[in-house]
Amino acid sequence: MSNRRVLTGTHFWQGDIACAEGGIAAGCNVFAGYPITPSSEIMEHMARRLPEVGGVFIQMEDEIASAVTIIGASWAGAKAMTATSGPGISLMMESIGLAAMMETPVVLVNVQRGGPSTGLPTLWAQQDVMQARWGSHGDYEVIAVAPNSPQEMFDLTIEAFNLAEMYRVPVIVLSDAIVGHMTEKVVVPSAEDIQLVTRKYTDKSPTEYLPYLADDSLVPEMVKAGDGYFIHTTGLTHDEMGYPAMSGDAQKKLVTRLVNKIRNNADKIIKIEEHDTEDADVIVIAYGITARVVIPAIRRAKSHGVKVGLLRPITIWPFPEKRIVELNRHVGGWVMVELNCKQLYFEVERLLKDDSKLAFVGHPGGGLPNEEEIYNAIMEVAK
Amino acid sequence: MSIKREVIHPLDPYLRTERFPHIWCPGCGIGVVIGAFLRGWLETNIPREKLVVVSGIGCTSRAPGYLLFDTFHATHGRGIPFATGLKIANPDLTVVVIAGDGDLFSIGGNHFIHAARRNVDLTVICVNNFNYGMTGGQMAPTTPTDSKTTTSPYGNIEQPFNLVHLAVSAGAVYVARWTTYHVRQLQRAIKEALLKKGFSFVEVLSQCPINFGRRNQWPNSVSMLKYFKEHSQIRKDEPPEAAEITIGNKIIVGKFVDTERETFMDKYHRLVQCVTK
Repeated sequence: MSNRRVLTGTHFWQGDIACAEGGIAAGCNVFAGYPITPSSEIMEHMARRLPEVGGVFIQMEDEIASAVTIIGASWAGAKAMTATSGPGISLMMESIGLAAMMETPVVLVNVQRGGPSTGLPTLWAQQDVMQARWGSHGDYEVIAVAPNSPQEMFDLTIEAFNLAEMYRVPVIVLSDAIVGHMTEKVVVPSAEDIQLVTRKYTDKSPTEYLPYLADDSLVPEMVKAGDGYFIHTTGLTHDEMGYPAMSGDAQKKLVTRLVNKIRNNADKIIKIEEHDTEDADVIVIAYGITARVVIPAIRRAKSHGVKVGLLRPITIWPFPEKRIVELNRHVGGWVMVELNCKQLYFEVERLLKDDSKLAFVGHPGGGLPNEEEIYNAIMEVAK
Repeated sequence: MSIKREVIHPLDPYLRTERFPHIWCPGCGIGVVIGAFLRGWLETNIPREKLVVVSGIGCTSRAPGYLLFDTFHATHGRGIPFATGLKIANPDLTVVVIAGDGDLFSIGGNHFIHAARRNVDLTVICVNNFNYGMTGGQMAPTTPTDSKTTTSPYGNIEQPFNLVHLAVSAGAVYVARWTTYHVRQLQRAIKEALLKKGFSFVEVLSQCPINFGRRNQWPNSVSMLKYFKEHSQIRKDEPPEAAEITIGNKIIVGKFVDTERETFMDKYHRLVQCVTK
């Protein structure tokens, strides 16, 4: 195709292809994956494209190996990613905890399909939203972003790499089978217009450097294998040297920092798209493909005189709590639309005042709520 | 707690001595393997900063925590894919996986055979102590038939893996087996494995007096070393299928395979050249 990393121009791309191109444009030079519908096109495209740009593509024996390989690659200095769907992301959960614990920048794409178990391999859902946040054991924080178009599959995969590098965390691109498989216009800017972030490597000498000592940013400076620092990195609870430290005090210090480095920076990380929210009486919250599904119902309610706004969290984790609380000062009715049996609904519910109304419109995947259901929910909470 | 050390050991510069005392039980064989590993490496000219040691979880997997190199202690069974990531991202690194039999061949078995098949240029050193030591002496896929462990209290009814046969079948280009009794031979094998291009595998049979030996016929470390000494037969190029381990019978040790095959990354680099020309 091309030996250029950034295919500047206007394309007609499938979401999965746009995601792979976003990764390549972000500087991804290691992709490890295992085939699974509906994300396989990402790895197929990487298999063709990464050799062209000098990156390494490897098909692993399973999703566990894929996730662990990108963590290893990241420690050798690579920008590394994998892509999968429901059953695969479940297998990757332990490794996401390892990446969080070792503070390793990696990107994992989950093109969601219906579950549980094998579920609906070819059909969409948004049922892995809570798993993205809570799926590995223990306390930790990740970042997750939810694209709603092939354009955003490109843009947000770049963003995912930037966030992973900036905060040294695993970042999950939470797509779904519709966005992954739909084909639309994707505009790729020139390489110089794409802002890329690279992790902060230390300039300290090996004798001064402590691998897990962080400043006020809470993000420690990194080194890579082969730099002569002789670091030790472990999934065990560790001290600032990276050495195992089996105590409640060490655990408190480390895990609190891992959590706070994301929580304290939530305002900088979070991206939201809003329409007509400032003077709204009712706000519909929807993300990913669902944010497009709700549009006809919102238009219809507006035509009947209801002031309806749309809030689309582009960043799912950390969740845009502050903005919802702020809007709730003047908004009386909320409608949560998502393709599951209430997941982010509960996040919203706990943020609202007792007198706010909250309706839920959902579908457990493979189908979509129809305009009528969403419209009725808007009218119900508008009363 | 740290021990004030009056005497400096010649290998101290390569160890994280401030982390001593180590976690291993009295009489454990892992320290012998660590010594052989360091001495074997010192006979190569591999730069220290380019040697990376990776492990999974278990007693042996704690070894990287005491080695003063770039060291990574991954999750259970996942040392090999972690090492694969390091190697493909930076082929200039010499990447070694040191882990136990349960880690490498039970939970990590799939990774082992596939890394050998694709001939990733790694050296895998397996300390085979016939059981899961860290968790209290449970049965492993290497526990000999009829041996007792905490999860085979009446004797193991299963057949163990013959690790050298498995490694050869999966495509490893260098395969050797020694025991903690054969320290010099082990050191040479590790040196050869480190210098070998491609997937090299060294199995080290080791005593685990606390969790395996005392539940069987070896109440202490010396009795198991004597058993290794008396039952080992050194062979060269013996068919790997003959190397199965059964209690009371001969243990074949030596080098089983030492061959050449293009590595994953060498082939990948040729592919990149074709694609980009």
